[in-house]
Amino acid sequence: MTRAFTATVAIVSIAALVVFDLVVAPPNPYQAPAVFALGSGSAASGGFCGALPK
Amino acid sequence: MTQAAVSDVPAERPASVGFRRGVLILAGLVMIGLVALFVGARYGLLLAVGLGLGVLLEGMRFGFAGPWRAMILRREPSGLVAQLLSIALVAIVAIPLLTSHAGELVGAEAPIGFAMVGGAFVFGACMQILLGCGSGTLVNAGSGNPVALVALPFFAIGSFAGAYGLIWWTNLGALPILQFRGVTGLVITLVLLALVAGVTLWRAAPGTVWLSRRHALAAVILAGLAILYLAVAGQPWGVVYGLGLWAAKVVNVFGVDLSGSAFWSAPGSVARLHASLLTDYTSLSDIGLIAGAFGVAAWRRGGLDAKLPNYRARAWVATIITGFLLGYSSRLAFGCNVGAFFSGISTGSLHGWAWFVAAFAGAFVGIRLRPILGLEART
Repeated sequence: MTRAFTATVAIVSIAALVVFDLVVAPPNPYQAPAVFALGSGSAASGGFCGALPK
Repeated sequence: MTQAAVSDVPAERPASVGFRRGVLILAGLVMIGLVALFVGARYGLLLAVGLGLGVLLEGMRFGFAGPWRAMILRREPSGLVAQLLSIALVAIVAIPLLTSHAGELVGAEAPIGFAMVGGAFVFGACMQILLGCGSGTLVNAGSGNPVALVALPFFAIGSFAGAYGLIWWTNLGALPILQFRGVTGLVITLVLLALVAGVTLWRAAPGTVWLSRRHALAAVILAGLAILYLAVAGQPWGVVYGLGLWAAKVVNVFGVDLSGSAFWSAPGSVARLHASLLTDYTSLSDIGLIAGAFGVAAWRRGGLDAKLPNYRARAWVATIITGFLLGYSSRLAFGCNVGAFFSGISTGSLHGWAWFVAAFAGAFVGIRLRPILGLEART
Protein backbone atom coordinates (compact mmCIF):
# COMPACT_ATOMS: atom_id res chain seq x y z
CA MET A 1 0.00 0.00 0.00
CA THR A 2 1.31 3.46 -0.89
CA ARG A 3 0.66 7.06 0.01
CA ALA A 4 -1.76 7.26 -2.92
CA PHE A 5 -4.23 5.36 -0.74
CA THR A 6 -3.89 7.55 2.37
CA ALA A 7 -3.86 10.80 0.40
CA THR A 8 -7.02 9.69 -1.40
CA VAL A 9 -8.67 8.84 1.93
CA ALA A 10 -7.79 12.34 3.18
CA ILE A 11 -9.20 14.17 0.16
CA VAL A 12 -12.34 11.98 -0.03
CA SER A 13 -12.97 12.49 3.71
CA ILE A 14 -12.79 16.25 3.33
CA ALA A 15 -15.08 16.12 0.30
CA ALA A 16 -17.55 13.98 2.29
CA LEU A 17 -17.47 16.46 5.17
CA VAL A 18 -18.24 19.34 2.82
CA VAL A 19 -21.10 17.44 1.12
CA PHE A 20 -22.52 16.47 4.53
CA ASP A 21 -22.42 20.11 5.60
CA LEU A 22 -23.96 21.35 2.36
CA VAL A 23 -26.94 19.12 3.08
CA VAL A 24 -27.21 20.21 6.72
CA ALA A 25 -26.47 23.93 6.25
CA PRO A 26 -26.74 25.06 2.64
CA PRO A 27 -25.00 28.39 1.95
CA ASN A 28 -26.78 31.49 0.75
CA PRO A 29 -24.67 33.47 -1.75
CA TYR A 30 -27.06 36.42 -1.48
CA GLN A 31 -25.84 37.01 2.09
CA ALA A 32 -22.17 37.04 1.11
CA PRO A 33 -20.03 39.84 2.55
CA ALA A 34 -17.74 42.15 0.57
CA VAL A 35 -14.74 40.43 -1.00
CA PHE A 36 -12.26 42.20 1.27
CA ALA A 37 -12.91 42.86 4.95
CA LEU A 38 -10.35 45.64 4.74
CA GLY A 39 -12.23 48.71 3.62
CA SER A 40 -15.65 47.03 3.86
CA GLY A 41 -16.82 49.08 6.83
CA SER A 42 -18.17 45.94 8.49
CA ALA A 43 -17.00 44.56 11.82
CA ALA A 44 -14.94 41.35 11.71
CA SER A 45 -17.04 38.45 13.00
CA GLY A 46 -15.38 35.15 12.13
CA GLY A 47 -14.41 32.44 14.58
CA PHE A 48 -10.74 32.44 15.52
CA CYS A 49 -8.71 30.24 17.84
CA GLY A 50 -6.69 33.17 19.19
CA ALA A 51 -9.71 34.88 20.73
CA LEU A 52 -12.46 34.30 23.27
CA PRO A 53 -15.92 33.53 21.82
CA LYS A 54 -18.28 36.45 21.16
CA MET B 1 7.22 14.80 5.85
CA THR B 2 8.19 11.64 4.02
CA GLN B 3 8.57 8.62 6.27
CA ALA B 4 8.67 5.80 3.79
CA ALA B 5 10.89 4.52 1.06
CA VAL B 6 9.96 5.20 -2.54
CA SER B 7 8.91 2.01 -4.30
CA ASP B 8 10.21 0.94 -7.68
CA VAL B 9 7.67 2.18 -10.18
CA PRO B 10 7.94 2.43 -13.96
CA ALA B 11 8.64 5.93 -15.31
CA GLU B 12 5.49 7.81 -16.22
CA ARG B 13 5.10 9.09 -19.79
CA PRO B 14 5.41 12.89 -20.16
CA ALA B 15 1.96 13.13 -21.77
CA SER B 16 0.44 11.33 -18.80
CA VAL B 17 2.23 13.64 -16.36
CA GLY B 18 0.99 16.70 -18.26
CA PHE B 19 -2.59 15.42 -18.27
CA ARG B 20 -2.50 14.70 -14.54
CA ARG B 21 -1.13 18.14 -13.77
CA GLY B 22 -3.69 19.78 -16.01
CA VAL B 23 -6.49 17.97 -14.17
CA LEU B 24 -5.05 19.13 -10.83
CA ILE B 25 -4.96 22.79 -11.91
CA LEU B 26 -8.47 22.53 -13.33
CA ALA B 27 -9.77 20.89 -10.15
CA GLY B 28 -8.32 23.70 -8.02
CA LEU B 29 -9.83 26.39 -10.22
CA VAL B 30 -13.23 24.65 -10.28
CA MET B 31 -13.23 24.38 -6.47
CA ILE B 32 -12.47 28.09 -6.09
CA GLY B 33 -14.99 29.04 -8.78
CA LEU B 34 -17.81 26.98 -7.30
CA VAL B 35 -17.29 28.38 -3.80
CA ALA B 36 -17.04 31.94 -5.13
CA LEU B 37 -20.21 31.51 -7.18
CA PHE B 38 -22.43 29.57 -4.80
CA VAL B 39 -21.15 30.79 -1.40
CA GLY B 40 -19.52 34.16 -2.02
CA ALA B 41 -16.47 35.79 -3.58
CA ARG B 42 -14.77 36.32 -0.20
CA TYR B 43 -15.04 32.63 0.56
CA GLY B 44 -13.71 31.63 -2.85
CA LEU B 45 -10.74 33.92 -2.36
CA LEU B 46 -10.05 32.50 1.10
CA LEU B 47 -10.16 28.97 -0.30
CA ALA B 48 -7.62 30.11 -2.90
CA VAL B 49 -5.40 31.50 -0.14
CA GLY B 50 -5.74 28.20 1.74
CA LEU B 51 -4.79 26.25 -1.38
CA GLY B 52 -1.82 28.57 -1.79
CA LEU B 53 -0.76 27.89 1.79
CA GLY B 54 -1.01 24.14 1.23
CA VAL B 55 0.97 24.32 -2.01
CA LEU B 56 3.59 26.51 -0.33
CA LEU B 57 4.05 24.43 2.82
CA GLU B 58 4.14 21.08 1.00
CA GLY B 59 5.82 22.30 -2.19
CA MET B 60 8.65 24.15 -0.43
CA ARG B 61 8.74 21.71 2.51
CA PHE B 62 8.32 24.57 4.93
CA GLY B 63 6.82 24.03 8.35
CA PHE B 64 7.07 24.64 12.07
CA ALA B 65 7.75 21.34 13.87
CA GLY B 66 10.66 20.30 11.66
CA PRO B 67 12.67 23.53 12.00
CA TRP B 68 12.24 23.52 15.79
CA ARG B 69 13.50 19.94 15.86
CA ALA B 70 16.42 20.88 13.58
CA MET B 71 17.37 23.73 15.90
CA ILE B 72 17.09 21.69 19.10
CA LEU B 73 18.77 18.51 17.86
CA ARG B 74 21.30 19.79 15.29
CA ARG B 75 21.37 23.52 16.02
CA GLU B 76 20.38 24.30 12.41
CA PRO B 77 18.78 27.76 12.56
CA SER B 78 17.53 28.32 9.01
CA GLY B 79 13.92 27.16 9.39
CA LEU B 80 13.35 28.93 12.70
CA VAL B 81 14.93 32.14 11.42
CA ALA B 82 12.65 31.93 8.39
CA GLN B 83 9.62 31.64 10.67
CA LEU B 84 10.73 34.74 12.59
CA LEU B 85 11.36 36.60 9.31
CA SER B 86 7.90 35.73 8.04
CA ILE B 87 6.27 36.83 11.30
CA ALA B 88 8.20 40.13 11.16
CA LEU B 89 7.10 40.79 7.57
CA VAL B 90 3.46 40.21 8.50
CA ALA B 91 3.79 42.39 11.61
CA ILE B 92 5.17 45.31 9.59
CA VAL B 93 1.90 45.37 7.63
CA ALA B 94 -0.58 43.93 10.10
CA ILE B 95 0.04 45.96 13.26
CA PRO B 96 -0.36 49.36 11.51
CA LEU B 97 -3.44 48.06 9.68
CA LEU B 98 -4.99 46.77 12.90
CA THR B 99 -4.35 50.16 14.48
CA SER B 100 -5.83 52.17 11.61
CA HIS B 101 -8.74 49.80 10.86
CA ALA B 102 -9.74 48.69 14.36
CA GLY B 103 -13.02 46.81 14.27
CA GLU B 104 -12.88 46.13 10.56
CA LEU B 105 -9.78 44.03 11.19
CA VAL B 106 -9.05 42.14 14.42
CA GLY B 107 -5.85 40.50 15.58
CA ALA B 108 -5.34 37.77 18.11
CA GLU B 109 -7.01 38.83 21.36
CA ALA B 110 -6.23 36.22 23.97
CA PRO B 111 -5.24 36.40 27.63
CA ILE B 112 -2.10 34.84 29.06
CA GLY B 113 -3.08 32.42 31.80
CA PHE B 114 -2.21 29.17 33.57
CA ALA B 115 -4.18 27.01 31.14
CA MET B 116 -2.91 28.98 28.15
CA VAL B 117 0.74 28.45 29.07
CA GLY B 118 0.17 24.81 30.05
CA GLY B 119 -1.70 24.16 26.82
CA ALA B 120 1.12 25.65 24.77
CA PHE B 121 3.65 23.46 26.58
CA VAL B 122 1.64 20.31 25.86
CA PHE B 123 1.09 21.37 22.24
CA GLY B 124 4.83 21.96 21.78
CA ALA B 125 5.53 18.45 23.07
CA CYS B 126 2.79 16.83 20.98
CA MET B 127 3.83 18.54 17.75
CA GLN B 128 7.28 17.01 18.17
CA ILE B 129 5.89 13.57 18.98
CA LEU B 130 3.91 13.50 15.74
CA LEU B 131 6.21 15.85 13.81
CA GLY B 132 3.14 17.77 12.82
CA CYS B 133 1.76 21.00 14.21
CA GLY B 134 -1.62 22.58 13.41
CA SER B 135 -0.87 23.37 9.79
CA GLY B 136 1.59 20.47 9.51
CA THR B 137 -0.96 17.81 10.42
CA LEU B 138 -3.31 19.05 7.70
CA VAL B 139 -0.54 19.31 5.11
CA ASN B 140 0.88 15.91 6.03
CA ALA B 141 -2.54 14.28 5.86
CA GLY B 142 -3.14 15.78 2.43
CA SER B 143 0.17 14.44 1.15
CA GLY B 144 -0.63 10.93 2.39
CA ASN B 145 1.26 10.70 5.68
CA PRO B 146 -0.63 7.92 7.52
CA VAL B 147 0.28 9.17 11.00
CA ALA B 148 -1.19 12.61 10.26
CA LEU B 149 -4.25 11.04 8.63
CA VAL B 150 -5.00 9.00 11.76
CA ALA B 151 -4.25 11.94 14.07
CA LEU B 152 -6.43 14.45 12.20
CA PRO B 153 -9.93 13.33 13.30
CA PHE B 154 -8.77 13.09 16.91
CA PHE B 155 -7.20 16.54 16.55
CA ALA B 156 -10.64 17.81 15.54
CA ILE B 157 -12.36 16.02 18.44
CA GLY B 158 -9.74 17.38 20.84
CA SER B 159 -10.23 20.89 19.51
CA PHE B 160 -13.98 20.59 20.05
CA ALA B 161 -13.51 19.23 23.59
CA GLY B 162 -10.91 21.87 24.47
CA ALA B 163 -13.21 24.63 23.28
CA TYR B 164 -16.07 23.08 25.27
CA GLY B 165 -14.24 23.72 28.54
CA LEU B 166 -12.16 26.71 27.46
CA ILE B 167 -13.93 29.29 29.61
CA TRP B 168 -13.63 27.08 32.72
CA TRP B 169 -9.91 26.58 32.08
CA THR B 170 -9.33 30.27 31.43
CA ASN B 171 -11.14 31.23 34.64
CA LEU B 172 -8.50 29.34 36.61
CA GLY B 173 -6.41 32.46 36.27
CA ALA B 174 -5.50 34.78 33.44
CA LEU B 175 -4.13 38.25 32.85
CA PRO B 176 -6.10 40.88 30.92
CA ILE B 177 -5.65 40.75 27.15
CA LEU B 178 -2.40 42.54 26.32
CA GLN B 179 -1.63 43.72 22.79
CA PHE B 180 1.09 45.74 21.07
CA ARG B 181 -0.44 48.45 18.91
CA GLY B 182 0.75 51.46 16.93
CA VAL B 183 4.33 52.34 16.07
CA THR B 184 5.54 51.50 19.58
CA GLY B 185 3.89 48.10 19.43
CA LEU B 186 5.43 47.35 16.05
CA VAL B 187 8.90 48.41 17.20
CA ILE B 188 8.64 46.24 20.34
CA THR B 189 7.53 43.26 18.25
CA LEU B 190 10.35 43.67 15.72
CA VAL B 191 12.98 44.13 18.44
CA LEU B 192 11.79 40.99 20.25
CA LEU B 193 11.83 39.02 16.99
CA ALA B 194 15.34 40.30 16.25
CA LEU B 195 16.46 39.28 19.74
CA VAL B 196 15.11 35.75 19.31
CA ALA B 197 16.74 35.53 15.87
CA GLY B 198 20.00 36.76 17.40
CA VAL B 199 19.93 34.14 20.13
CA THR B 200 19.05 31.48 17.55
CA LEU B 201 22.03 32.42 15.38
CA TRP B 202 24.30 32.66 18.43
CA ARG B 203 23.31 29.10 19.37
CA ALA B 204 23.68 27.80 15.79
CA ALA B 205 26.24 25.10 15.13
CA PRO B 206 29.35 26.34 13.35
CA GLY B 207 29.16 26.06 9.59
CA THR B 208 25.36 25.82 9.41
CA VAL B 209 23.39 27.96 6.98
CA TRP B 210 21.75 30.86 8.80
CA LEU B 211 18.92 31.30 6.32
CA SER B 212 18.70 29.16 3.20
CA ARG B 213 17.38 30.61 -0.04
CA ARG B 214 14.46 28.14 0.00
CA HIS B 215 13.47 29.07 3.54
CA ALA B 216 13.79 32.80 2.82
CA LEU B 217 11.61 32.56 -0.26
CA ALA B 218 9.02 30.46 1.58
CA ALA B 219 8.99 32.97 4.45
CA VAL B 220 8.28 35.88 2.09
CA ILE B 221 5.49 34.03 0.24
CA LEU B 222 3.97 32.84 3.52
CA ALA B 223 3.95 36.42 4.80
CA GLY B 224 2.24 37.60 1.62
CA LEU B 225 -0.47 34.95 1.92
CA ALA B 226 -0.99 35.70 5.63
CA ILE B 227 -1.40 39.43 4.93
CA LEU B 228 -3.86 38.67 2.12
CA TYR B 229 -5.76 36.37 4.52
CA LEU B 230 -6.02 39.21 7.06
CA ALA B 231 -7.22 41.70 4.45
CA VAL B 232 -9.87 39.31 3.10
CA ALA B 233 -11.12 37.68 6.30
CA GLY B 234 -10.63 40.61 8.66
CA GLN B 235 -8.88 38.29 11.11
CA PRO B 236 -5.52 36.49 11.13
CA TRP B 237 -4.80 33.04 9.74
CA GLY B 238 -5.88 30.27 12.12
CA VAL B 239 -6.28 26.51 12.01
CA VAL B 240 -7.73 24.85 15.10
CA TYR B 241 -11.01 26.75 15.41
CA GLY B 242 -12.15 25.20 12.13
CA LEU B 243 -11.24 21.68 13.21
CA GLY B 244 -13.22 22.02 16.42
CA LEU B 245 -16.16 23.40 14.45
CA TRP B 246 -16.14 20.34 12.18
CA ALA B 247 -16.50 18.05 15.20
CA ALA B 248 -19.08 20.33 16.82
CA LYS B 249 -21.21 20.31 13.69
CA VAL B 250 -21.23 16.51 13.56
CA VAL B 251 -22.09 16.32 17.27
CA ASN B 252 -24.80 18.94 16.84
CA VAL B 253 -26.45 17.08 13.98
CA PHE B 254 -26.81 14.04 16.23
CA GLY B 255 -28.74 16.15 18.72
CA VAL B 256 -26.12 16.53 21.45
CA ASP B 257 -26.95 19.48 23.67
CA LEU B 258 -24.09 21.99 23.68
CA SER B 259 -25.80 24.55 25.92
CA GLY B 260 -23.67 23.37 28.85
CA SER B 261 -20.61 24.85 27.22
CA ALA B 262 -20.03 28.58 27.64
CA PHE B 263 -17.99 28.47 24.44
CA TRP B 264 -20.34 26.57 22.15
CA SER B 265 -23.44 28.34 23.50
CA ALA B 266 -21.98 31.82 22.87
CA PRO B 267 -24.04 33.65 20.21
CA GLY B 268 -21.19 33.70 17.69
CA SER B 269 -20.54 29.97 18.12
CA VAL B 270 -24.25 29.11 17.76
CA ALA B 271 -24.45 31.16 14.56
CA ARG B 272 -21.45 29.37 13.07
CA LEU B 273 -22.79 25.95 14.09
CA HIS B 274 -25.83 26.62 11.92
CA ALA B 275 -24.00 28.32 9.06
CA SER B 276 -22.23 26.59 6.17
CA LEU B 277 -18.68 25.38 6.80
CA LEU B 278 -17.82 27.12 3.55
CA THR B 279 -18.49 30.45 5.27
CA ASP B 280 -16.08 29.72 8.11
CA TYR B 281 -12.69 31.27 7.40
CA THR B 282 -10.52 28.78 9.24
CA SER B 283 -12.43 25.83 7.75
CA LEU B 284 -11.82 27.19 4.26
CA SER B 285 -8.10 27.59 4.81
CA ASP B 286 -7.93 24.16 6.51
CA ILE B 287 -9.62 22.56 3.50
CA GLY B 288 -7.23 24.49 1.27
CA LEU B 289 -4.20 23.27 3.22
CA ILE B 290 -5.22 19.62 2.79
CA ALA B 291 -6.22 19.98 -0.86
CA GLY B 292 -3.16 22.09 -1.74
CA ALA B 293 -0.80 19.56 -0.17
CA PHE B 294 -2.62 16.75 -1.97
CA GLY B 295 -2.22 18.66 -5.22
CA VAL B 296 1.54 19.04 -4.75
CA ALA B 297 2.00 15.38 -3.82
CA ALA B 298 0.00 14.29 -6.85
CA TRP B 299 1.84 16.80 -9.05
CA ARG B 300 5.29 15.38 -8.25
CA ARG B 301 6.55 12.40 -10.21
CA GLY B 302 6.22 9.50 -7.78
CA GLY B 303 4.95 11.84 -5.09
CA LEU B 304 2.38 9.33 -3.87
CA ASP B 305 4.32 6.15 -4.63
CA ALA B 306 6.10 5.89 -1.27
CA LYS B 307 5.16 2.71 0.60
CA LEU B 308 3.41 3.19 3.93
CA PRO B 309 5.60 2.52 6.97
CA ASN B 310 4.91 -0.26 9.46
CA TYR B 311 4.47 0.99 12.99
CA ARG B 312 3.80 -1.04 16.11
CA ALA B 313 0.41 -0.82 17.80
CA ARG B 314 1.75 1.47 20.54
CA ALA B 315 2.73 4.01 17.90
CA TRP B 316 -0.84 4.13 16.59
CA VAL B 317 -2.25 4.40 20.13
CA ALA B 318 0.22 7.23 20.76
CA THR B 319 -0.86 8.88 17.51
CA ILE B 320 -4.53 8.84 18.54
CA ILE B 321 -3.87 10.17 22.05
CA THR B 322 -1.39 12.79 20.82
CA GLY B 323 -3.75 13.88 18.06
CA PHE B 324 -6.48 14.46 20.65
CA LEU B 325 -4.05 16.35 22.89
CA LEU B 326 -2.94 18.53 19.97
CA GLY B 327 -6.51 19.67 19.54
CA TYR B 328 -7.34 20.02 23.23
CA SER B 329 -4.16 21.84 24.20
CA SER B 330 -4.28 24.23 21.27
CA ARG B 331 -7.72 25.42 22.34
CA LEU B 332 -6.54 26.02 25.91
CA ALA B 333 -3.50 27.82 24.49
CA PHE B 334 -5.67 30.08 22.29
CA GLY B 335 -4.16 28.71 19.13
CA CYS B 336 -1.52 26.46 17.69
CA ASN B 337 1.71 27.36 15.92
CA VAL B 338 -0.42 29.31 13.44
CA GLY B 339 -3.13 31.04 15.47
CA ALA B 340 -0.99 31.77 18.54
CA PHE B 341 2.66 31.78 17.45
CA PHE B 342 2.55 33.05 13.86
CA SER B 343 -0.64 35.11 13.92
CA GLY B 344 -0.49 36.02 17.62
CA ILE B 345 2.95 37.59 17.49
CA SER B 346 2.47 39.13 14.05
CA THR B 347 -0.73 40.87 15.15
CA GLY B 348 0.78 42.14 18.39
CA SER B 349 -0.73 39.76 20.95
CA LEU B 350 1.48 39.15 23.97
CA HIS B 351 -0.03 35.68 24.32
CA GLY B 352 1.83 34.71 21.14
CA TRP B 353 5.14 35.28 22.91
CA ALA B 354 4.07 33.32 25.98
CA TRP B 355 2.92 30.54 23.65
CA PHE B 356 6.30 30.48 21.89
CA VAL B 357 8.31 30.18 25.12
CA ALA B 358 6.06 27.46 26.58
CA ALA B 359 5.74 25.46 23.34
CA PHE B 360 9.48 25.59 22.66
CA ALA B 361 10.11 24.23 26.16
CA GLY B 362 7.55 21.49 25.49
CA ALA B 363 9.31 20.62 22.24
CA PHE B 364 12.32 19.34 24.20
CA VAL B 365 10.00 16.89 25.98
CA GLY B 366 8.29 15.83 22.76
CA ILE B 367 11.57 15.10 21.02
CA ARG B 368 12.51 12.74 23.87
CA LEU B 369 9.08 11.06 23.88
CA ARG B 370 8.86 10.42 20.11
CA PRO B 371 11.22 7.41 19.98
CA ILE B 372 9.87 6.04 23.28
CA LEU B 373 6.38 5.97 21.77
CA GLY B 374 7.61 3.99 18.78
CA LEU B 375 7.33 6.72 16.18
CA GLU B 376 10.98 6.48 15.17
CA ALA B 377 13.92 4.18 15.67
CA ARG B 378 15.57 4.81 19.01
CA THR B 379 19.09 6.23 18.77
